[in-house]
Amino acid sequence: MMNDRTRSSPRAAPRVAGAAAVLALALGLALVLALGLGLATGPARAQAAPAIGWAPLAGDGLHDPKGPAIGLLQEPAAALSVLPPDTAGNKVGWMRALDGGFIKPRSTINPDLTVNLRTTEVLLKRTGEMPMVRFPHRQHTLWLDCVNCHSGMFEMRAGATKNNMFLILQGEKCGVCHGAVAFPLTECQRCHSVARGSPEAAAFGQGLVRE
Amino acid sequence: MTARRGRHASWGLRPALLVVAAAALAGLSAQVPAEYGDVVLNKRSDNAGVRPVVFPHWFHRIRFRCKVCHSELGFTMRAGANDVLMANIIDGKFCGMCHNGQVAWGAEQCDLCHSGKPGVKSGIYGSHETRGPGKW
Repeated sequence: MMNDRTRSSPRAAPRVAGAAAVLALALGLALVLALGLGLATGPARAQAAPAIGWAPLAGDGLHDPKGPAIGLLQEPAAALSVLPPDTAGNKVGWMRALDGGFIKPRSTINPDLTVNLRTTEVLLKRTGEMPMVRFPHRQHTLWLDCVNCHSGMFEMRAGATKNNMFLILQGEKCGVCHGAVAFPLTECQRCHSVARGSPEAAAFGQGLVRE
Repeated sequence: MTARRGRHASWGLRPALLVVAAAALAGLSAQVPAEYGDVVLNKRSDNAGVRPVVFPHWFHRIRFRCKVCHSELGFTMRAGANDVLMANIIDGKFCGMCHNGQVAWGAEQCDLCHSGKPGVKSGIYGSHETRGPGKW
């Protein structure tokens, strides 16, 4: 809108110039939207989630549209549109995809390697005016190994590690994954899910950890 | 420049302005179309005269849990922190644990990994949502 004013000169016919600016902007926007939407939105997915679909590789701004890989590499829409939908990130509910058996990702390359799983939950209480954070080991250990977080990033003992949103927003602590590959930092309530005084908070009793 | 623009708000300029407006908007949203978690590896590719590598997290996590690459294969969870050479890959390290023609296509299929647009900068892409760990 500011463009209307800056672009229409008082000496030229201001109305024509203004209208042209609006037209140019509208067409530009339409072009960008078309690029963003691409042809990726499958009909099945369109019903499941109204969110913008997946850009085709040739239009994602990273792949060389003239390169020989286009047409050989799997397109995001082909793989992701058939998985449980979500509104953020890859627009895939990755946990539901895993728990529901939609995907069966390997846990190891070496079959002799131990797979460490854990189900304890940790309550992070010092969250200011936000609801408290419930950290579930189950979901995290299904994807990750203990060493990915412990003990470099997080001490083994609950409550012993300094952590806050400043660090997370800078890509430290939880922000190493959340905001990069795991659900993004726009999804506050997915972590900040335990209201003070709620039955869920009471389930932790006086401690920070529960089975 | 201003004088010229003022005098000729003419149809001759209109297509050019349109293109400029579209390009500016496309530039603003340049990161948006990339898939969440896409990583570009271009520490050496441009200099070596090959396309940069595009690593799609979405493709890999369908087939492997995070722990396979980030624990078993030894990839640090920080884009840019892993100094991987083609020699390492051919030796069966890092990407080469799977990209060996057995689990996944082998290193001789250069173009399938080196599929990026020349000049695309290294980093993690996929909209504003990835800004945190995008630091290098």
